[in-house]
Amino acid sequence: MIVMRDLRKDFTVRVKAGRLRRHKRTVSAVGGITLGIERGEMVGYIGPNGAGKSTTLKMLTGVLTPSSGEVSVCGLAPVPQRTRLALRIGVVFGQRSQLWWDLPLRESFALLRHVYRVPAAEHEARLRRCRALLDLDEFLDTPVRQLSLGQRMRGELTAALLHGPEVLFLDEPTIGLDVVSKQAVRSFLAELGAGGDVTLVLTTHDLADIERLCRRLVVIDHGRVVHDGTIEALHARYGSRRSLVADLVDPLPEGFALPGAAITATEADRHRVTFALEGATAGAAVAGLVAAVGVRDLSLLEPDIEDVVARLYATPDPSDAP
Amino acid sequence: MGELRAYAALAGAQARSAATYRWSFVTEMLANMGGTVFDALAVLVLFRATPTVGGFSLREAVLIVGLSSAGFALADFSVGNVDRLKTYVRAGTLDAVLVRPLAALPQLLLMDIPLRKALRVVLGFTLLGGAVVINDVAWTPARVLLVVLAPIAAAVFFSSIFVSSASLAFWWVDSGEIGSAFTYGGRDFTAYPITVFGDTFRGLFAYALGFAFVAYQPALALLGRTDPLGLPPWSGFLSPLVAGVAAVLAAVVWRAGIRHYRSTGS
Repeated sequence: MIVMRDLRKDFTVRVKAGRLRRHKRTVSAVGGITLGIERGEMVGYIGPNGAGKSTTLKMLTGVLTPSSGEVSVCGLAPVPQRTRLALRIGVVFGQRSQLWWDLPLRESFALLRHVYRVPAAEHEARLRRCRALLDLDEFLDTPVRQLSLGQRMRGELTAALLHGPEVLFLDEPTIGLDVVSKQAVRSFLAELGAGGDVTLVLTTHDLADIERLCRRLVVIDHGRVVHDGTIEALHARYGSRRSLVADLVDPLPEGFALPGAAITATEADRHRVTFALEGATAGAAVAGLVAAVGVRDLSLLEPDIEDVVARLYATPDPSDAP
Repeated sequence: MGELRAYAALAGAQARSAATYRWSFVTEMLANMGGTVFDALAVLVLFRATPTVGGFSLREAVLIVGLSSAGFALADFSVGNVDRLKTYVRAGTLDAVLVRPLAALPQLLLMDIPLRKALRVVLGFTLLGGAVVINDVAWTPARVLLVVLAPIAAAVFFSSIFVSSASLAFWWVDSGEIGSAFTYGGRDFTAYPITVFGDTFRGLFAYALGFAFVAYQPALALLGRTDPLGLPPWSGFLSPLVAGVAAVLAAVVWRAGIRHYRSTGS
Protein backbone atom coordinates (compact mmCIF):
# COMPACT_ATOMS: atom_id res chain seq x y z
CA MET A 1 0.00 0.00 0.00
CA ILE A 2 2.81 2.34 0.96
CA VAL A 3 6.38 1.92 -0.18
CA MET A 4 9.29 4.17 0.75
CA ARG A 5 12.74 3.46 -0.56
CA ASP A 6 15.66 5.49 0.76
CA LEU A 7 13.35 8.49 1.04
CA ARG A 8 15.10 11.74 1.88
CA LYS A 9 14.19 15.36 2.43
CA ASP A 10 16.78 18.07 2.86
CA PHE A 11 16.09 21.68 3.62
CA THR A 12 18.42 24.54 2.90
CA VAL A 13 18.48 27.04 5.71
CA ARG A 14 20.28 30.33 5.88
CA VAL A 15 22.11 30.87 9.11
CA LYS A 16 22.96 34.33 10.34
CA ALA A 17 26.68 35.05 10.23
CA GLY A 18 27.34 38.67 11.01
CA ARG A 19 24.98 41.55 10.42
CA LEU A 20 24.16 40.96 6.76
CA ARG A 21 25.87 37.77 5.76
CA ARG A 22 24.04 34.46 5.74
CA HIS A 23 25.57 31.03 5.43
CA LYS A 24 23.65 28.39 3.55
CA ARG A 25 23.43 25.11 5.35
CA THR A 26 21.69 21.91 4.33
CA VAL A 27 19.67 20.23 7.03
CA SER A 28 18.44 16.71 6.56
CA ALA A 29 14.89 16.35 7.90
CA VAL A 30 14.39 12.81 6.64
CA GLY A 31 17.62 10.93 5.99
CA GLY A 32 16.87 7.81 4.03
CA ILE A 33 13.76 5.93 5.17
CA THR A 34 12.96 2.53 3.72
CA LEU A 35 9.64 1.12 4.84
CA GLY A 36 6.71 -0.85 3.49
CA ILE A 37 3.17 -0.78 4.86
CA GLU A 38 0.55 -3.36 3.82
CA ARG A 39 -3.17 -2.85 3.30
CA GLY A 40 -5.10 -2.80 6.58
CA GLU A 41 -2.08 -2.23 8.79
CA MET A 42 -2.24 0.26 11.64
CA VAL A 43 1.14 1.88 12.06
CA GLY A 44 2.16 4.30 14.77
CA TYR A 45 4.90 6.68 13.91
CA ILE A 46 6.70 8.22 16.85
CA GLY A 47 9.81 10.22 17.57
CA PRO A 48 10.79 13.41 19.35
CA ASN A 49 10.00 16.86 17.98
CA GLY A 50 11.91 17.49 14.78
CA ALA A 51 12.51 13.79 14.13
CA GLY A 52 10.96 13.99 10.67
CA LYS A 53 7.52 12.47 11.33
CA SER A 54 5.47 15.26 9.84
CA THR A 55 7.89 15.70 6.96
CA THR A 56 7.54 12.02 6.07
CA LEU A 57 3.75 12.23 6.23
CA LYS A 58 3.79 15.30 4.00
CA MET A 59 5.90 13.46 1.43
CA LEU A 60 3.43 10.56 1.52
CA THR A 61 0.46 12.87 0.95
CA GLY A 62 2.04 14.87 -1.89
CA VAL A 63 2.47 18.11 0.05
CA LEU A 64 6.26 18.03 -0.02
CA THR A 65 8.49 16.91 -2.86
CA PRO A 66 11.17 14.41 -1.70
CA SER A 67 14.78 15.43 -2.22
CA SER A 68 15.60 11.90 -3.34
CA GLY A 69 14.43 8.32 -3.04
CA GLU A 70 11.23 6.62 -4.11
CA VAL A 71 7.79 6.79 -2.61
CA SER A 72 4.47 5.34 -3.68
CA VAL A 73 1.08 5.33 -1.99
CA CYS A 74 -1.81 3.23 -3.42
CA GLY A 75 0.52 2.62 -6.36
CA LEU A 76 0.68 6.34 -7.15
CA ALA A 77 3.55 8.82 -6.96
CA PRO A 78 2.33 11.39 -4.41
CA VAL A 79 3.57 14.65 -5.94
CA PRO A 80 3.08 14.09 -9.70
CA GLN A 81 -0.26 12.32 -9.14
CA ARG A 82 -1.33 14.44 -6.20
CA THR A 83 -4.97 15.04 -7.11
CA ARG A 84 -5.61 11.39 -8.05
CA LEU A 85 -4.01 10.26 -4.82
CA ALA A 86 -6.04 12.77 -2.82
CA LEU A 87 -9.24 10.96 -3.83
CA ARG A 88 -7.94 7.75 -2.26
CA ILE A 89 -6.39 8.99 0.98
CA GLY A 90 -7.69 10.87 3.99
CA VAL A 91 -5.55 13.31 5.92
CA VAL A 92 -5.96 14.79 9.39
CA PHE A 93 -3.35 17.28 10.45
CA GLY A 94 -3.92 17.92 14.16
CA GLN A 95 -2.74 21.48 13.84
CA ARG A 96 -4.27 22.37 10.46
CA SER A 97 -7.94 22.46 9.76
CA GLN A 98 -9.58 20.93 6.70
CA LEU A 99 -12.87 22.57 7.61
CA TRP A 100 -14.36 25.92 6.66
CA TRP A 101 -13.80 28.22 9.59
CA ASP A 102 -16.95 30.33 9.27
CA LEU A 103 -19.37 27.63 8.16
CA PRO A 104 -21.31 25.10 10.21
CA LEU A 105 -19.83 21.62 10.27
CA ARG A 106 -22.80 20.32 8.30
CA GLU A 107 -21.98 22.66 5.40
CA SER A 108 -18.30 21.75 5.45
CA PHE A 109 -19.31 18.12 5.02
CA ALA A 110 -21.69 18.95 2.18
CA LEU A 111 -18.90 20.87 0.44
CA LEU A 112 -16.47 18.01 0.81
CA ARG A 113 -18.96 15.78 -0.96
CA HIS A 114 -18.59 18.05 -4.01
CA VAL A 115 -14.84 18.41 -3.65
CA TYR A 116 -14.38 14.63 -3.59
CA ARG A 117 -17.24 13.92 -6.04
CA VAL A 118 -18.90 11.38 -3.76
CA PRO A 119 -22.33 9.98 -4.75
CA ALA A 120 -25.01 11.31 -2.39
CA ALA A 121 -26.04 7.91 -1.04
CA GLU A 122 -22.49 6.88 -0.12
CA HIS A 123 -21.89 10.25 1.49
CA GLU A 124 -25.07 9.92 3.56
CA ALA A 125 -24.18 6.44 4.74
CA ARG A 126 -20.68 7.39 5.84
CA LEU A 127 -21.84 10.58 7.51
CA ARG A 128 -24.55 8.72 9.39
CA ARG A 129 -21.98 6.27 10.71
CA CYS A 130 -19.60 9.04 11.83
CA ARG A 131 -22.44 10.97 13.46
CA ALA A 132 -23.34 7.96 15.52
CA LEU A 133 -19.80 6.96 16.46
CA LEU A 134 -18.46 10.44 17.15
CA ASP A 135 -21.58 12.07 18.64
CA LEU A 136 -21.58 14.90 16.13
CA ASP A 137 -25.25 15.78 16.28
CA GLU A 138 -25.12 18.31 19.11
CA PHE A 139 -22.71 20.61 17.26
CA LEU A 140 -23.40 19.85 13.60
CA ASP A 141 -24.92 23.31 13.07
CA THR A 142 -22.27 25.28 14.95
CA PRO A 143 -19.74 27.29 12.91
CA VAL A 144 -16.36 25.60 13.05
CA ARG A 145 -14.69 28.58 14.69
CA GLN A 146 -16.96 28.13 17.72
CA LEU A 147 -16.20 24.44 18.24
CA SER A 148 -14.02 23.21 21.06
CA LEU A 149 -10.80 21.49 20.04
CA GLY A 150 -12.26 18.07 20.81
CA GLN A 151 -15.38 18.75 18.77
CA ARG A 152 -13.35 20.13 15.90
CA MET A 153 -11.10 17.07 15.88
CA ARG A 154 -14.15 14.82 15.65
CA GLY A 155 -15.27 16.97 12.73
CA GLU A 156 -11.84 16.68 11.09
CA LEU A 157 -11.92 12.90 11.38
CA THR A 158 -15.32 12.78 9.74
CA ALA A 159 -14.15 15.17 7.01
CA ALA A 160 -11.21 12.90 6.23
CA LEU A 161 -13.39 9.80 5.94
CA LEU A 162 -16.41 10.94 3.95
CA HIS A 163 -14.88 9.91 0.64
CA GLY A 164 -14.01 6.43 1.88
CA PRO A 165 -10.20 6.65 1.73
CA GLU A 166 -8.04 3.54 1.49
CA VAL A 167 -5.32 5.08 3.62
CA LEU A 168 -5.84 7.46 6.50
CA PHE A 169 -2.93 9.65 7.59
CA LEU A 170 -3.22 11.27 11.00
CA ASP A 171 -0.65 13.75 12.20
CA GLU A 172 -0.96 14.06 15.97
CA PRO A 173 -4.73 13.53 16.05
CA THR A 174 -4.92 13.67 19.84
CA ILE A 175 -2.69 16.69 20.41
CA GLY A 176 -4.16 19.09 22.94
CA LEU A 177 -7.30 17.02 23.54
CA ASP A 178 -8.72 16.27 26.97
CA VAL A 179 -8.88 12.71 28.22
CA VAL A 180 -12.49 12.13 27.19
CA SER A 181 -11.95 13.43 23.65
CA LYS A 182 -8.76 11.39 23.34
CA GLN A 183 -10.72 8.29 24.29
CA ALA A 184 -13.44 9.12 21.77
CA VAL A 185 -10.90 9.58 18.98
CA ARG A 186 -9.04 6.41 19.89
CA SER A 187 -12.08 4.17 20.07
CA PHE A 188 -13.31 5.56 16.79
CA LEU A 189 -10.00 4.82 15.10
CA ALA A 190 -9.86 1.38 16.70
CA GLU A 191 -13.30 0.58 15.31
CA LEU A 192 -12.26 1.90 11.92
CA GLY A 193 -9.09 -0.18 11.88
CA ALA A 194 -10.90 -3.32 13.02
CA GLY A 195 -12.70 -3.40 9.66
CA GLY A 196 -9.35 -4.21 8.09
CA ASP A 197 -9.80 -2.37 4.81
CA VAL A 198 -8.46 1.03 5.89
CA THR A 199 -4.72 1.42 6.30
CA LEU A 200 -3.92 3.76 9.14
CA VAL A 201 -0.71 5.70 9.66
CA LEU A 202 -0.57 8.01 12.63
CA THR A 203 2.09 10.12 14.28
CA THR A 204 1.80 10.93 17.94
CA HIS A 205 3.61 11.88 21.08
CA ASP A 206 1.20 9.92 23.19
CA LEU A 207 2.23 6.32 23.73
CA ALA A 208 -1.32 5.49 24.80
CA ASP A 209 -2.50 6.17 21.22
CA ILE A 210 -0.12 3.52 19.97
CA GLU A 211 -0.86 1.03 22.73
CA ARG A 212 -4.54 1.30 22.03
CA LEU A 213 -4.36 1.29 18.25
CA CYS A 214 -1.22 0.09 16.61
CA ARG A 215 0.33 -3.33 16.51
CA ARG A 216 3.25 -1.89 14.63
CA LEU A 217 5.38 0.93 15.89
CA VAL A 218 7.96 2.82 13.86
CA VAL A 219 10.30 5.05 15.82
CA ILE A 220 12.24 7.65 13.95
CA ASP A 221 14.84 10.02 15.22
CA HIS A 222 17.01 12.45 13.33
CA GLY A 223 15.25 11.38 10.16
CA ARG A 224 16.06 7.67 10.46
CA VAL A 225 14.10 4.60 11.45
CA VAL A 226 15.51 3.42 14.77
CA HIS A 227 12.84 0.83 15.54
CA ASP A 228 10.22 -1.00 13.54
CA GLY A 229 8.14 -3.59 15.40
CA THR A 230 5.78 -4.01 18.34
CA ILE A 231 5.83 -1.92 21.51
CA GLU A 232 6.79 -4.96 23.56
CA ALA A 233 9.75 -5.54 21.29
CA LEU A 234 10.76 -1.92 21.78
CA HIS A 235 10.63 -2.11 25.55
CA ALA A 236 12.42 -5.45 25.60
CA ARG A 237 15.12 -4.25 23.27
CA TYR A 238 15.87 -1.04 25.05
CA GLY A 239 15.10 -2.11 28.59
CA SER A 240 12.65 0.67 29.27
CA ARG A 241 11.54 0.57 32.85
CA ARG A 242 8.42 1.47 34.71
CA SER A 243 8.94 3.55 37.80
CA LEU A 244 7.36 3.50 41.21
CA VAL A 245 6.99 6.79 43.09
CA ALA A 246 6.33 6.56 46.82
CA ASP A 247 5.50 9.28 49.37
CA LEU A 248 6.79 8.15 52.75
CA VAL A 249 5.67 8.88 56.30
CA ASP A 250 9.27 9.17 57.49
CA PRO A 251 12.41 9.96 55.48
CA LEU A 252 13.84 6.99 53.64
CA PRO A 253 16.56 5.36 55.78
CA GLU A 254 20.12 5.65 54.43
CA GLY A 255 21.29 2.54 52.63
CA PHE A 256 17.78 1.28 51.94
CA ALA A 257 17.53 -1.02 48.91
CA LEU A 258 14.78 -2.95 47.15
CA PRO A 259 15.73 -6.10 45.25
CA GLY A 260 15.19 -5.63 41.50
CA ALA A 261 14.59 -1.88 41.72
CA ALA A 262 17.02 1.02 41.68
CA ILE A 263 16.52 4.37 43.40
CA THR A 264 16.61 7.03 40.69
CA ALA A 265 15.56 10.11 42.66
CA THR A 266 14.76 11.30 46.17
CA GLU A 267 12.92 14.53 46.86
CA ALA A 268 11.42 16.50 49.75
CA ASP A 269 14.06 15.50 52.34
CA ARG A 270 13.85 11.86 51.32
CA HIS A 271 10.07 11.79 51.88
CA ARG A 272 9.49 11.04 48.23
CA VAL A 273 11.47 8.40 46.42
CA THR A 274 11.42 7.07 42.85
CA PHE A 275 12.44 3.52 42.00
CA ALA A 276 13.09 2.21 38.52
CA LEU A 277 11.78 -1.35 38.26
CA GLU A 278 14.55 -3.55 36.94
CA GLY A 279 13.27 -7.10 37.11
CA ALA A 280 11.07 -6.74 40.16
CA THR A 281 7.33 -6.79 39.47
CA ALA A 282 5.34 -3.79 40.64
CA GLY A 283 3.63 -6.02 43.22
CA ALA A 284 6.88 -7.32 44.67
CA ALA A 285 8.37 -3.83 44.84
CA VAL A 286 5.33 -2.39 46.62
CA ALA A 287 5.23 -5.30 49.04
CA GLY A 288 8.93 -4.90 49.81
CA LEU A 289 8.58 -1.19 50.36
CA VAL A 290 5.47 -1.36 52.55
CA ALA A 291 7.08 -4.02 54.69
CA ALA A 292 10.07 -1.79 55.38
CA VAL A 293 8.76 1.78 55.70
CA GLY A 294 5.49 3.66 56.24
CA VAL A 295 3.98 4.61 52.85
CA ARG A 296 1.50 7.46 52.46
CA ASP A 297 0.91 7.26 48.71
CA LEU A 298 2.10 5.30 45.70
CA SER A 299 2.02 5.73 41.96
CA LEU A 300 3.27 3.60 39.13
CA LEU A 301 4.49 5.37 36.00
CA GLU A 302 4.61 3.79 32.58
CA PRO A 303 7.82 4.48 30.68
CA ASP A 304 7.58 7.80 28.90
CA ILE A 305 7.82 7.58 25.15
CA GLU A 306 10.16 10.56 24.96
CA ASP A 307 12.31 8.76 27.50
CA VAL A 308 12.26 5.55 25.47
CA VAL A 309 13.22 7.42 22.34
CA ALA A 310 15.95 9.33 24.11
CA ARG A 311 17.39 6.07 25.41
CA LEU A 312 17.00 4.57 21.98
CA TYR A 313 19.15 7.21 20.45
CA ALA A 314 21.72 6.98 23.20
CA THR A 315 22.14 3.28 22.30
CA PRO A 316 23.51 3.38 18.78
CA ASP A 317 22.63 0.49 16.51
CA PRO A 318 25.91 -1.36 15.84
CA SER A 319 24.93 -1.94 12.21
CA ASP A 320 24.70 1.80 11.81
CA ALA A 321 28.30 2.48 12.86
CA PRO A 322 30.50 4.04 10.17
CA MET B 1 -17.51 18.28 -15.06
CA GLY B 2 -17.42 17.06 -11.47
CA GLU B 3 -14.44 19.28 -10.87
CA LEU B 4 -16.29 22.36 -12.09
CA ARG B 5 -19.11 21.62 -9.68
CA ALA B 6 -16.54 21.26 -6.92
CA TYR B 7 -15.10 24.69 -7.68
CA ALA B 8 -18.60 26.16 -7.84
CA ALA B 9 -19.37 24.65 -4.43
CA LEU B 10 -16.17 26.15 -3.02
CA ALA B 11 -17.10 29.55 -4.41
CA GLY B 12 -20.56 29.32 -2.86
CA ALA B 13 -19.10 28.42 0.51
CA GLN B 14 -16.79 31.39 0.31
CA ALA B 15 -19.66 33.73 -0.43
CA ARG B 16 -21.58 32.37 2.57
CA SER B 17 -18.53 32.82 4.82
CA ALA B 18 -18.10 36.39 3.63
CA ALA B 19 -21.77 37.05 4.32
CA THR B 20 -21.09 36.46 8.02
CA TYR B 21 -18.96 39.62 8.01
CA ARG B 22 -21.39 41.93 6.19
CA TRP B 23 -20.16 45.33 7.30
CA SER B 24 -16.49 44.82 6.58
CA PHE B 25 -17.61 43.74 3.10
CA VAL B 26 -19.51 46.98 2.50
CA THR B 27 -16.71 49.24 3.72
CA GLU B 28 -14.09 47.39 1.70
CA MET B 29 -16.22 47.63 -1.42
CA LEU B 30 -16.58 51.38 -1.01
CA ALA B 31 -12.85 51.80 -0.40
CA ASN B 32 -12.11 49.82 -3.54
CA MET B 33 -14.46 51.84 -5.66
CA GLY B 34 -12.79 55.01 -4.42
CA GLY B 35 -9.42 53.61 -5.53
CA THR B 36 -10.52 53.18 -9.15
CA VAL B 37 -12.08 56.61 -9.34
CA PHE B 38 -8.86 58.18 -8.10
CA ASP B 39 -6.80 56.30 -10.69
CA ALA B 40 -8.86 57.85 -13.48
CA LEU B 41 -8.89 61.27 -11.80
CA ALA B 42 -5.08 61.28 -11.63
CA VAL B 43 -4.92 61.15 -15.44
CA LEU B 44 -7.52 63.90 -15.82
CA VAL B 45 -5.60 66.13 -13.41
CA LEU B 46 -2.44 65.59 -15.43
CA PHE B 47 -4.20 66.88 -18.55
CA ARG B 48 -5.40 70.00 -16.71
CA ALA B 49 -1.76 71.04 -16.66
CA THR B 50 -0.84 70.17 -20.24
CA PRO B 51 -2.87 69.49 -23.44
CA THR B 52 -0.77 66.54 -24.56
CA VAL B 53 1.26 64.01 -22.60
CA GLY B 54 4.03 62.18 -24.41
CA GLY B 55 2.48 63.21 -27.72
CA PHE B 56 -1.01 61.91 -26.84
CA SER B 57 -4.20 63.89 -26.38
CA LEU B 58 -6.52 63.41 -23.40
CA ARG B 59 -8.94 61.35 -25.48
CA GLU B 60 -6.24 58.97 -26.63
CA ALA B 61 -4.78 58.76 -23.16
CA VAL B 62 -8.21 57.81 -21.77
CA LEU B 63 -8.27 54.83 -24.14
CA ILE B 64 -4.91 53.72 -22.72
CA VAL B 65 -6.14 54.17 -19.13
CA GLY B 66 -9.36 52.34 -20.03
CA LEU B 67 -7.57 49.30 -21.43
CA SER B 68 -5.18 49.25 -18.52
CA SER B 69 -7.78 49.57 -15.78
CA ALA B 70 -10.32 47.21 -17.36
CA GLY B 71 -7.60 44.57 -17.69
CA PHE B 72 -6.15 45.19 -14.28
CA ALA B 73 -9.51 45.25 -12.50
CA LEU B 74 -10.51 41.97 -14.13
CA ALA B 75 -7.19 40.36 -13.18
CA ASP B 76 -7.27 41.76 -9.66
CA PHE B 77 -10.81 40.53 -9.20
CA SER B 78 -10.19 37.00 -10.40
CA VAL B 79 -6.55 36.33 -9.47
CA GLY B 80 -5.41 39.30 -7.34
CA ASN B 81 -5.80 37.60 -4.00
CA VAL B 82 -3.11 35.10 -4.96
CA ASP B 83 -0.81 37.61 -3.26
CA ARG B 84 -2.07 36.13 0.01
CA LEU B 85 -0.01 33.10 -0.85
CA LYS B 86 2.84 34.37 1.29
CA THR B 87 0.61 34.22 4.36
CA TYR B 88 -0.44 30.68 3.53
CA VAL B 89 3.13 29.63 2.89
CA ARG B 90 4.36 31.16 6.12
CA ALA B 91 1.57 29.58 8.16
CA GLY B 92 1.69 26.28 6.29
CA THR B 93 -2.03 26.56 5.46
CA LEU B 94 -1.23 25.45 1.94
CA ASP B 95 -0.98 21.89 3.29
CA ALA B 96 -4.75 21.68 3.57
CA VAL B 97 -5.11 22.83 -0.03
CA LEU B 98 -2.59 20.31 -1.32
CA VAL B 99 -4.29 17.28 0.21
CA ARG B 100 -7.54 17.95 -1.66
CA PRO B 101 -8.23 16.38 -5.06
CA LEU B 102 -8.30 19.71 -6.91
CA ALA B 103 -5.67 21.95 -8.48
CA ALA B 104 -3.98 24.19 -5.94
CA LEU B 105 -4.19 27.56 -7.68
CA PRO B 106 -7.98 27.65 -8.28
CA GLN B 107 -8.54 26.49 -4.72
CA LEU B 108 -6.39 29.31 -3.39
CA LEU B 109 -8.22 31.83 -5.53
CA LEU B 110 -11.55 30.53 -4.27
CA MET B 111 -10.48 30.83 -0.64
CA ASP B 112 -11.41 34.46 -0.97
CA ILE B 113 -13.62 35.78 -3.73
CA PRO B 114 -13.14 39.52 -3.63
CA LEU B 115 -16.70 40.52 -4.51
CA ARG B 116 -15.73 43.91 -3.13
CA LYS B 117 -13.47 44.29 -6.18
CA ALA B 118 -16.28 43.50 -8.61
CA LEU B 119 -17.32 47.12 -8.88
CA ARG B 120 -13.85 48.05 -10.07
CA VAL B 121 -14.30 45.72 -13.02
CA VAL B 122 -17.55 47.46 -13.93
CA LEU B 123 -15.91 50.87 -13.61
CA GLY B 124 -12.87 49.79 -15.63
CA PHE B 125 -14.99 48.50 -18.49
CA THR B 126 -17.23 51.58 -18.37
CA LEU B 127 -14.15 53.77 -18.73
CA LEU B 128 -12.95 51.64 -21.65
CA GLY B 129 -16.38 51.79 -23.32
CA GLY B 130 -16.45 55.57 -22.92
CA ALA B 131 -12.96 55.89 -24.36
CA VAL B 132 -13.89 53.79 -27.40
CA VAL B 133 -16.93 56.03 -28.02
CA ILE B 134 -15.13 59.38 -27.74
CA ASN B 135 -12.26 58.30 -29.99
CA ASP B 136 -14.05 57.69 -33.28
CA VAL B 137 -12.22 54.51 -34.21
CA ALA B 138 -12.18 53.53 -37.90
CA TRP B 139 -13.73 50.12 -37.35
CA THR B 140 -12.46 47.11 -39.25
CA PRO B 141 -13.18 43.47 -38.38
CA ALA B 142 -9.65 43.19 -36.98
CA ARG B 143 -10.18 46.20 -34.72
CA VAL B 144 -13.53 44.89 -33.48
CA LEU B 145 -11.79 41.67 -32.55
CA LEU B 146 -8.97 43.58 -30.91
CA VAL B 147 -11.20 45.77 -28.75
CA VAL B 148 -12.77 42.58 -27.37
CA LEU B 149 -9.51 40.67 -26.98
CA ALA B 150 -7.25 43.45 -25.73
CA PRO B 151 -8.81 43.88 -22.25
CA ILE B 152 -8.94 40.09 -21.84
CA ALA B 153 -5.31 39.80 -22.93
CA ALA B 154 -4.45 42.60 -20.51
CA ALA B 155 -6.24 40.71 -17.74
CA VAL B 156 -4.38 37.49 -18.60
CA PHE B 157 -1.11 39.40 -18.66
CA PHE B 158 -1.71 41.04 -15.27
CA SER B 159 -2.90 37.70 -13.87
CA SER B 160 0.38 36.12 -14.96
CA ILE B 161 2.26 38.90 -13.22
CA PHE B 162 0.14 38.37 -10.08
CA VAL B 163 0.80 34.63 -10.07
CA SER B 164 4.53 34.82 -10.77
CA SER B 165 5.20 37.57 -8.27
CA ALA B 166 3.15 35.74 -5.62
CA SER B 167 5.16 32.58 -6.35
CA LEU B 168 8.23 34.39 -5.03
CA ALA B 169 6.91 33.43 -1.60
CA PHE B 170 7.76 29.77 -2.27
CA TRP B 171 11.46 30.62 -2.36
CA TRP B 172 11.49 33.68 -0.22
CA VAL B 173 8.91 33.65 2.54
CA ASP B 174 9.42 37.25 3.57
CA SER B 175 9.16 38.58 0.01
CA GLY B 176 6.86 41.25 1.46
CA GLU B 177 5.69 43.84 -1.04
CA ILE B 178 8.30 43.23 -3.74
CA GLY B 179 5.66 41.57 -5.90
CA SER B 180 3.58 44.76 -5.76
CA ALA B 181 6.30 46.60 -7.68
CA PHE B 182 5.36 44.49 -10.69
CA THR B 183 1.61 44.25 -10.18
CA TYR B 184 0.55 47.70 -9.00
CA GLY B 185 3.70 49.20 -10.51
CA GLY B 186 2.79 47.56 -13.81
CA ARG B 187 -0.75 48.94 -13.67
CA ASP B 188 0.55 52.46 -13.10
CA PHE B 189 3.08 52.04 -15.88
CA THR B 190 0.47 50.89 -18.39
CA ALA B 191 -1.95 53.70 -17.51
CA TYR B 192 0.23 56.26 -19.35
CA PRO B 193 1.52 56.50 -22.91
CA ILE B 194 4.88 54.81 -22.54
CA THR B 195 6.52 57.64 -24.46
CA VAL B 196 6.64 59.60 -21.20
CA PHE B 197 9.13 57.24 -19.58
CA GLY B 198 12.93 57.29 -19.77
CA ASP B 199 14.67 54.93 -22.21
CA THR B 200 16.16 52.43 -19.78
CA PHE B 201 13.09 52.18 -17.61
CA ARG B 202 10.85 51.87 -20.65
CA GLY B 203 13.12 49.27 -22.24
CA LEU B 204 12.85 47.12 -19.13
CA PHE B 205 9.16 47.46 -18.30
CA ALA B 206 7.65 47.99 -21.73
CA TYR B 207 9.61 45.57 -23.88
CA ALA B 208 11.62 43.19 -21.68
CA LEU B 209 8.66 42.53 -19.36
CA GLY B 210 6.08 43.17 -22.06
CA PHE B 211 3.91 45.85 -20.41
CA ALA B 212 3.83 47.85 -23.68
CA PHE B 213 1.44 45.24 -25.08
CA VAL B 214 -1.11 45.63 -22.30
CA ALA B 215 -2.58 48.99 -23.28
CA TYR B 216 -0.20 51.17 -25.27
CA GLN B 217 0.29 49.06 -28.42
CA PRO B 218 -3.36 47.89 -28.66
CA ALA B 219 -4.49 51.51 -28.22
CA LEU B 220 -2.26 52.58 -31.11
CA ALA B 221 -3.65 49.80 -33.27
CA LEU B 222 -7.24 50.78 -32.46
CA LEU B 223 -6.52 54.45 -33.16
CA GLY B 224 -4.54 53.66 -36.31
CA ARG B 225 -1.65 55.80 -35.10
CA THR B 226 1.95 55.05 -35.98
CA ASP B 227 4.12 54.27 -32.99
CA PRO B 228 6.45 57.20 -32.21
CA LEU B 229 8.76 54.56 -30.74
CA GLY B 230 8.97 52.70 -34.05
CA LEU B 231 7.17 49.37 -33.61
CA PRO B 232 5.13 48.32 -36.70
CA PRO B 233 1.36 49.04 -36.75
CA TRP B 234 0.38 45.40 -36.35
CA SER B 235 2.28 45.04 -33.06
CA GLY B 236 -0.89 45.99 -31.16
CA PHE B 237 -2.47 42.78 -32.42
CA LEU B 238 0.29 40.82 -30.71
CA SER B 239 -1.13 41.51 -27.27
CA PRO B 240 -3.03 38.16 -26.96
CA LEU B 241 0.15 36.36 -27.98
CA VAL B 242 2.26 38.24 -25.44
CA ALA B 243 -0.37 37.47 -22.79
CA GLY B 244 -0.26 33.79 -23.77
CA VAL B 245 3.51 33.65 -23.37
CA ALA B 246 3.25 35.39 -20.00
CA ALA B 247 0.62 32.85 -18.88
CA VAL B 248 2.84 29.91 -19.87
CA LEU B 249 5.80 31.41 -18.01
CA ALA B 250 3.64 32.05 -14.95
CA ALA B 251 2.44 28.44 -15.00
CA VAL B 252 6.04 27.21 -15.12
CA VAL B 253 7.03 29.45 -12.21
CA TRP B 254 3.98 28.34 -10.20
CA ARG B 255 4.69 24.64 -10.75
CA ALA B 256 8.33 25.04 -9.80
CA GLY B 257 7.19 26.96 -6.72
CA ILE B 258 4.77 24.25 -5.56
CA ARG B 259 7.59 21.70 -5.84
CA HIS B 260 9.72 23.97 -3.76
CA TYR B 261 7.11 24.42 -1.04
CA ARG B 262 8.57 23.63 2.38
CA SER B 263 5.51 23.67 4.59
CA THR B 264 6.13 24.33 8.29
CA GLY B 265 7.38 22.29 11.20
CA SER B 266 4.29 20.42 12.30
